[in-house]
Amino acid sequence: MSGTAAIRPTRHLHTKSLLAPSVALLFVWMVVPLAMTLWFSAERYNLLSPGKSAFAGWENYRDLLSHWPLWVAMGNTLFLVGLVLIVTLLLGTLFSLLLDQDFPGRNICRLLVIAPFFVMPTVSALIWKNMLMNPVFGLFAWITRSLGFGPIEFFSHTPLLSIVLIVGWEWTPFAVLILLPALQSLNPEQVDAARLDGAGPIALFRHIQLPHLLRPMAVVAMIEMIFFLSLFAEIYVTTGGGPGLASTNLAYLIFRDALLGWDVGRASAGGVIAIVLANIVALFLMRVVGRDLEGLG
Amino acid sequence: MRSTRSSRWPLTVAGWAVALAMFFPIAWMFLTSFKTEITAVASPPAVFFHPTLENYRAVLARADYLEFAKNSVVVSLGSTLLALVLAIPAAYSMAFFPTWRTRDILLWMLSTKMLPVVGVLVPIYLLWRDLGLLDTVFGLILIDSISVLPIVVWMLFTYFRDVPAVILEASRMDGATQVDELLHVLLPLCTPGIAATALLSIILCWNEAFWSLNLTTVKAATLTAFTASFSSPEGLFWAKLSAASTLSIAPILIFGWLSQRQMVRGLSFGAVK
Repeated sequence: MSGTAAIRPTRHLHTKSLLAPSVALLFVWMVVPLAMTLWFSAERYNLLSPGKSAFAGWENYRDLLSHWPLWVAMGNTLFLVGLVLIVTLLLGTLFSLLLDQDFPGRNICRLLVIAPFFVMPTVSALIWKNMLMNPVFGLFAWITRSLGFGPIEFFSHTPLLSIVLIVGWEWTPFAVLILLPALQSLNPEQVDAARLDGAGPIALFRHIQLPHLLRPMAVVAMIEMIFFLSLFAEIYVTTGGGPGLASTNLAYLIFRDALLGWDVGRASAGGVIAIVLANIVALFLMRVVGRDLEGLG
Repeated sequence: MRSTRSSRWPLTVAGWAVALAMFFPIAWMFLTSFKTEITAVASPPAVFFHPTLENYRAVLARADYLEFAKNSVVVSLGSTLLALVLAIPAAYSMAFFPTWRTRDILLWMLSTKMLPVVGVLVPIYLLWRDLGLLDTVFGLILIDSISVLPIVVWMLFTYFRDVPAVILEASRMDGATQVDELLHVLLPLCTPGIAATALLSIILCWNEAFWSLNLTTVKAATLTAFTASFSSPEGLFWAKLSAASTLSIAPILIFGWLSQRQMVRGLSFGAVK
């Protein structure tokens, strides 16, 4: 009686029509803009000179790939994604291990740690940029001055690292949000047994907790990658991609081409490149998450 | 865990230190929102000061603030409602009538999230312009609901899958139609799961920045866009920025705290329950 297979197959007609709206909408969402991006990317098309669009073939790609802004932006994108990923996973694991311990107020601590994830990105970025990292009036500047150092010029000297700091603060809570429950779902008997066998905290982590965390960690990494590849708001309100191109990532470069330069063709070619980059990442994620659905249907 | 009281205090200190450090920027913003603009930039930073509500009054007095807030509420509730209406039947059908394609459909839905939004910025902008959806609340609702739809379907699917099919079968024996079954049996059973899904969707839409920054200017702009306008400020503005920010994040922070345990499922696409 249990399980879903017992239901009469005649109902499939109805159930398909229940599924159809979602599938259709997502299908349109996926196919139409994608086809348009591909099409525009092969066109000479600038909104400032309307009516002059013409087939350009590989011109936009050649133009993009042969100039350094694209390569700088690609490098910045990969740097941001990679570094923030490492920071959030490391700190996320560390904080989760800490919050998994039994100490007074741990539930309140958990709430405080995850709070930054719920703050809208424009607010996070502005709070950090102004009240904390401003080289004259910011709190950090006051601290470094009090310690006898000069203020750190966060956004003019180390723009990318400053963004890593902000985004890392926003997303470490996400890692905790996923990894802490995963850690708590570990069978306590298994942990106790390992303790009785004389495993210290490091052995316990290495042989019991870490293997248990690997899959949730992969999930965190993949989901973060999706978001970090399109990182935009934090750059938009802090550095505006500068100084120069120092903090321009692929998302910001496309935005600049599209909505500041109105060059539809070039922006679309950049879009295609971003999609290709994301797909390489996606292939990996599908493998990891797909495993969860084995044995279904 | 089984440690004695004496060996627990370093853990307590470390745990609280981490928690307070992570929360500090939010606390500092909250504190600053009660300062005058002059105290806000004081050096050394003022911790004790005479609090004022002037900034909140100033922000709320701006005619446009309430417009932005209203847009945020309408967009996040509207997108969530639209996503739920689309996702509930879909998740129901996949959880209780799986076919050999169900797994592929679920994975394909997830894969639509892999499409980086910047990749389709140009066509969406042009389509929205030609359809007259630029800077409209409906245009933003449409795009936000599409972007949360895969997460909503996944999360509902994992909740529905936990409901034993026997319960639905029993109601069917009593002559219930499929619609009855969905509305009167499944939905009441899954109310907590649906509520958690809705909350997560509201949070994601409330904080969504990419499309609100790029597709709206004035009429449909949300609080994310409003706060972004502080990035090119005039004069002293930190205290007002703090007050506006506090107002913008407070409801969502509370929602997030209330539903954090349940939303893990949706955020991990069902991988962690």
